[in-house]
Amino acid sequence: MIDWTFLVRMARRDIRASWRQIMVYAGAISLGVAALVAISSFRGDVTAALHRESRALLGADVEMWGRNPYGDSVLAILDSVRAGGGDVSFVTSFASMAYAPRTGFTRLVEVRAVDGGFPFYGAISTEPEGRWHALAEAPRVLVDPSVLIYLDAAVGDTMRLGDAAFVIDGSVTQAPGQMGIRAAIGPRVYISAAYLEATNLMRFGSLARYTAMLKLEDAANAERFVRLNGPALDAARIGYATASEREQDLRSWFDTLTRFLGLLGLTALLLGGLATGSAVHVFVRRKLTTVAILRCIGARQHTVFGIYLLQAALMGVSGAVLGVSLGLLVQRMLPSVLADFLPLAVTPSIQLGPIVSGLGIGTWIAVVFALLPLLEIREVAPLQALRHSVDPPRRRYDWMTIGAHGLILATVTGLSMSQAPRVDAGLAFAGAIVITTIALWATARTLRGTVRRFFPHRAPYVMRQGLANLYRPQNQTMPVILAVGFGIFLLGTLHIVQRNILDQLAFETGGDQPNLVVFDIQPDQVDGVRSIVTAASTAPPSITPIVPARLAQINGRSIAEIVDDSSEPMPQRWALRREYRNTYRDTLVDSEELLEGAWWDAAPPADLPRISIEEEVAADLRVGLGDRIAWDVQGVLIETVITSVRRVDWARFELNFFVVFEPGVLESAPMTFVALAQVPPGTAVATTQRDIVRRYANVATIDVSTIQATLRRLLRSVSVAIQFMALFSIACGIVVLLGAVATTRLQRLRESVLLKTLGARIPQVRSILAVEYIALGLLASVSGTALAVVGGWGAVTLLFELPFRLPTAAVAGWIVAGTVATTLVGLVGNRGLVRRPPLAILRAITE
Amino acid sequence: MSAGSPLTVLHDVSLTLEDHGFLAIVGPSGSGKTTLLGLLAGLDRPSKGTVQLDGQNLHELSEDARAAMRAAKVGFVFQTFQLIPTLTALENVLVPVELQQSTRDVRDAEAHARSLLERVGLGDRTHHYPLQLSGGEQQRVALARAFANRPRVLFADEPTGNLDAETGQGVIDLLVDLNREERTTLVLVTHDPALAGRASRVLRLSGGRILSDTVSTA
Repeated sequence: MIDWTFLVRMARRDIRASWRQIMVYAGAISLGVAALVAISSFRGDVTAALHRESRALLGADVEMWGRNPYGDSVLAILDSVRAGGGDVSFVTSFASMAYAPRTGFTRLVEVRAVDGGFPFYGAISTEPEGRWHALAEAPRVLVDPSVLIYLDAAVGDTMRLGDAAFVIDGSVTQAPGQMGIRAAIGPRVYISAAYLEATNLMRFGSLARYTAMLKLEDAANAERFVRLNGPALDAARIGYATASEREQDLRSWFDTLTRFLGLLGLTALLLGGLATGSAVHVFVRRKLTTVAILRCIGARQHTVFGIYLLQAALMGVSGAVLGVSLGLLVQRMLPSVLADFLPLAVTPSIQLGPIVSGLGIGTWIAVVFALLPLLEIREVAPLQALRHSVDPPRRRYDWMTIGAHGLILATVTGLSMSQAPRVDAGLAFAGAIVITTIALWATARTLRGTVRRFFPHRAPYVMRQGLANLYRPQNQTMPVILAVGFGIFLLGTLHIVQRNILDQLAFETGGDQPNLVVFDIQPDQVDGVRSIVTAASTAPPSITPIVPARLAQINGRSIAEIVDDSSEPMPQRWALRREYRNTYRDTLVDSEELLEGAWWDAAPPADLPRISIEEEVAADLRVGLGDRIAWDVQGVLIETVITSVRRVDWARFELNFFVVFEPGVLESAPMTFVALAQVPPGTAVATTQRDIVRRYANVATIDVSTIQATLRRLLRSVSVAIQFMALFSIACGIVVLLGAVATTRLQRLRESVLLKTLGARIPQVRSILAVEYIALGLLASVSGTALAVVGGWGAVTLLFELPFRLPTAAVAGWIVAGTVATTLVGLVGNRGLVRRPPLAILRAITE
Repeated sequence: MSAGSPLTVLHDVSLTLEDHGFLAIVGPSGSGKTTLLGLLAGLDRPSKGTVQLDGQNLHELSEDARAAMRAAKVGFVFQTFQLIPTLTALENVLVPVELQQSTRDVRDAEAHARSLLERVGLGDRTHHYPLQLSGGEQQRVALARAFANRPRVLFADEPTGNLDAETGQGVIDLLVDLNREERTTLVLVTHDPALAGRASRVLRLSGGRILSDTVSTA
């Protein structure tokens, strides 16, 4: 039987002396709880908002889209919708150059030509307000705010799209279902479909997306409509989605995103747990005498165990309560952190689920991680009270200890799996956490051992004393290395991955790489474009033909036949159905490598025109050397044979193709051209783009540096979100560091008093402290950095499959920063300690 | 306890304690005094032989049952005082009472604890923490604690070992007086012949054996 009154009373009395430390560790727990509560509350907010506005997200009940203007069968379906009391609105989107004559700037934009009453649900907000419905009244454009920035234009300016001039009537501040990040990738320009013709942009070769937005007579019939008309739409190669499917898509996308961020929050929580564990360890070591006395005067084992477990639970509860309150604040910040990924406005609401689970998880983590060190209490014999000092007990490996280990492992795994988007991801995360912890622990041990083995016995006293503190009894080495190391590991890995991706982008485009892409060039424009580009280019531009085509047959079997045949493993559907953009040339380019077969000049002539295919698409199509492919090139069937398979380095900034024809086959087919040129960056690029667009309104140009800027912005948005969550782990690390300093402060106080009594001067005492913390910081930073390098290398080479480059300066920077931060926290945490007069401290030392 | 081959600390020690008696165990360092005390108090089990308290065979009891027995029937005074540093004087005295399952009325217990503290002359220091008290004061709190659960037997391990002569004398006077008033059986380990002289029975140990067992008539 447990005497709860006594337990509670004793725990309460004990806490009086240690509540400061308890609060510090509660703080460590609270950060992780805050992150989790914030993320899951936010997830709830988003889900609720998506559900509430599912139709407004799409702006319609059903969306349909295709790559070609709709055929009669589809138009008949749309007619029936209208006839049934519904409504249809068309949006034609395509890429084009926008040109602002006043400023002379050009920019590739996504033009959306809108016809009809879209959006049927929700609204498109504009600045100035209410301009959406005035779009059709005159040749006007409404643009994404970023377009105004790119073109340095203002409302009221003229914008040229193709052959037509429009007045910029305002900017679109909110459109159904649009995420901020989309505007960076393809900034949009809205026009009325009535003026599409005048732009003269819908020519051969331009890739357009034909969208129909449907409002049904009864919105509840969306699923039925799709079921009914699905087969006909499939046959016409028209995609479709209902508002609730869109909601589902977005919801699962958000679920993945927030769960991923949740895992980062979990890292902070586990770090807090780990810190709690090591704090309890030191705490227990200090309580051994008290434990022995209590046992001696008749307290049972489980009573004493209970007194301290109760304190750990209390620490957990305080941490959890603190964490939940903090989490509710953070929840309010998340919409702005994740603004680029939010398709709609999110109102933070207080949800019971995340709060309750936050409270539970926080308390549980504190208790579970405290369990292992608390078990040592059982080993304290009452007899030890008779002795003058109590030795730390040896750890016994009985079922309780094994159980406690198991409980920790189960907790880590369970929490990871509940947070992770998928089971395997959860297991992988739990594994990564365990491995990282073990690796840090092992690194810390090794480094500590190394210091001990190669101890500088001839170094000055201050140095020796400081270093010896790293491995003396009750040292703080392990918690500090775990806390600081984990923080550096997290941030370091992120940074290495980010830097390598950015470096890759810079490398691919820097130096003698082309930086201007000109595409959609019609055959009669090639010479004109060539002369403009050549004038500005530092090297002769390369101009490549592109011939769009679809697969018609493989080895004599039609594509429809292959799709319907389920008797053998089917080739990838996308590879069968997609539109191929092929080229022809007589040589291999730098980014290509011949794997099988021979190039035109070395291969024996064949009856059929020869093609070379890329290895991955060949695998997807299940074809190889000697297989025959028939192409539908704008209605003309061209039968070919595969005579070589190539590997393509897609990361290289070149015009790469799945399929290359031998020359002499496609020359008379309809085609467009793409030019790659190397133009001095800055004004020359801008001028060249302007000159091309002025003369050939349909031709699009891209300054590669804008792609880089876009990718950089994309990466930045992602890394801001990641870093925001990683911040919790960092903050947690600092709290743990402070905790470790606070926990060992008493011991340090005694030492410093003793040293001063023995005649040490204040600068000496201070130097010993500094040496200890510098050494600790150095060990921790080196451990964390080493792991970050390994982790970063793994992510870069295995996950992103990029060449790895070590950011040496940054790595050195972390080691310095980690050491400085640790030393500062250590010295600040111990401030005043060295100045206290010995006698005052001898009298004032309390637990 | 030491590693390696087991060390026999006590040989053929046999004794019976009388109710309300005062036994002093004396002998040089390492003679087995503290070990004997630990065995008698049920803090440890003998490798051979038995210890009975109130007819109860201690080695038959589990660790927890012995703890319960100690809580009910045994009091302790240590050389190093061994007060719990996080508890006030009053709370330290209350712990043995609170530990018992059959918690008497807390107010009663507190009144008893206060009167004990007053009895040892610390009525005005009930809310002080051990570190705010001098050595002699701490040992007097320990005395009050030892009598708090009205024990049958009180074990004292060199209670004056860490005190100066004068303070030590005061503590011993209190201990002897309280022992008489509370009608407790007192077992005291000491180096001090003068202190041993006040006992009704003196057991001399040397090398783990009983050298002499003298009952004084004084």
